[in-house]
Amino acid sequence: MQASVPPLRQRATLIVGAMLAFSIATLLFAGMTGSIRVPLHEIPDALRQLASGQPDSLSASLLELRASRALVAFATGGALALAGLMMQALLRNPLADPYVLGVSSGASVGALLALLLMTSTLMVDAAALAGAIGVAMLLYLLARRDLRSGQAAEGGASMLLLTGVIVSALCGSVVTLMLSIAPEGRLRSMIFWLIGDLAGAPLRLLPWLVLAGCLLYAMRNARAMNMVALHAENAVTLGVRVGALRKGLFFVSALLTASAVTSAGSIGFVGLIVPHACRFAFGPDHRVLIPAVVLAGGAFLVLCDTLARTIVAPQQLPVGAITAMIGAPVFLYQLHRLRK
Amino acid sequence: MNSISTHDLLLSIGQRTLVRGLDWTARAGECWSIIGRNGAGKSTLLRTLAGLQQPNAGSVQVNGRALPDWPLAELARQRAFLAQSRHDAFAYTVLESVLSARHPYHANRYWEGSDDHQAAMQALASMEVDDLAARDVRTLSGGERQRVAIAALLAQQTPLLLLDEPANALDLAHQVSVMGLLARLCREQERTVVMIGHDLNLAARISTHVLLLMGDGRWTAGANDQIMRPALLGDYLGHPIDMIEHEGRRIFIPKEGTA
Repeated sequence: MQASVPPLRQRATLIVGAMLAFSIATLLFAGMTGSIRVPLHEIPDALRQLASGQPDSLSASLLELRASRALVAFATGGALALAGLMMQALLRNPLADPYVLGVSSGASVGALLALLLMTSTLMVDAAALAGAIGVAMLLYLLARRDLRSGQAAEGGASMLLLTGVIVSALCGSVVTLMLSIAPEGRLRSMIFWLIGDLAGAPLRLLPWLVLAGCLLYAMRNARAMNMVALHAENAVTLGVRVGALRKGLFFVSALLTASAVTSAGSIGFVGLIVPHACRFAFGPDHRVLIPAVVLAGGAFLVLCDTLARTIVAPQQLPVGAITAMIGAPVFLYQLHRLRK
Repeated sequence: MNSISTHDLLLSIGQRTLVRGLDWTARAGECWSIIGRNGAGKSTLLRTLAGLQQPNAGSVQVNGRALPDWPLAELARQRAFLAQSRHDAFAYTVLESVLSARHPYHANRYWEGSDDHQAAMQALASMEVDDLAARDVRTLSGGERQRVAIAALLAQQTPLLLLDEPANALDLAHQVSVMGLLARLCREQERTVVMIGHDLNLAARISTHVLLLMGDGRWTAGANDQIMRPALLGDYLGHPIDMIEHEGRRIFIPKEGTA
């Protein structure tokens, strides 16, 4: 049995390595695909030009445009998937997801309010974070009693999902309210923001920094997340500071959701299907899942976005429509399997 | 020396007082059974001893040191806790669930070491569930899951064991073997066991000491032969109890109801 220790680590390295290679491949694929194809043999030269900061050839400028959009998609997808994974461990419920639970809509309300008041970009970010944390805290307070008594999985699961639906509905109506009173000039930017599109999203450093920081936090707490997923409240008797971990996970997943929503609007179901698929493929150990989910989530959204801008080209679809069309059936399937 | 004790402990739920003024100590090598009616506060007391719940007044000490003064990881190397029931939300394997009990020993490492695997496999073997090591915990039967949970408790290798109904869902043979194992741990390794059970005969056979809870604040604690008496038990359990001797063992049976 001693022999099984190194393989565990090797297996994790192998999985993460493979996912990393796959992620880079999807980024390149996204860079090549579009109305004008960039042939594979021109990629190295174009990359060299980009690295030197002078994209002269057509391939290089195409790659720059598409790659920066793909990188935004990657950071967004990774953040959403990690946020979903954290909420699932925290609530011990494989159906938890920032979109389903209304955390994304909370962020939308915050961001739209900031847009309505014509504040700076930084204020939009901060308002989205405040909205996400507000909803997350509300859910936490409501779920707390169920978590305590260990009923979160039986009656509590549907209770929590219902709460999420209601909170989403409330946020949706607040958004409608804000749109209806918004002045004409602001309306266009608000609507575009709301649709959840990567088309106009600028490549910014902040979402990557947030993702890196949160990934670090998650990796440091990977073992403790396993403990909470397995033992819930009783993980205290195994030396885990459950209260502090839960607060940390709630805050960090809200931060990730807010970061994703501010860069690309409200994109659904990534936090649900990606962790679900990874758990199915690699098992429930968070030490493997955390890096795998971030890479898989990033790659997934890059592919969805490539699909969104090519499927009915030259028209572009919002990427949220694609993820929802894949995610909603998966969610329904999961829900029914859980009921059995 | 390992010990767990309470000082002037008060436990209540809402307006109801469950346990009042509990001054009690379990020392090394002692095996305690907590007995009482449903809702008498047995689980509440055990969870308080485990540090999962705050007492309304009074304090709990492990090895003479109050619970809040222990660093959690250090305390987890001193005492293990078996919950009354568990729900598995994710498809962890049996081995992973037992390895999780090794958490307090390798808090700074990302992966377990080979000694952890050895401890886990030994614990699984002692509960006769080593052949299930690769199974998904959600596919186990109730009794198998309970034995895996007890294996995890053993893999934690603590001098102090707190168990909430360890015989739950076990078949007759495993009830006897698990209880025998716990008694041996006390006798041979000087460990301290505190457990809740409803089977008076199992408790009478393996416990060295018994704590009776009335559920209205009253309690009685003492050595097995002082407490395990029909009149006292009948009083605490709310039903008259008979005792018969059989091959040198005391057997407790409830009297036929009058209704």
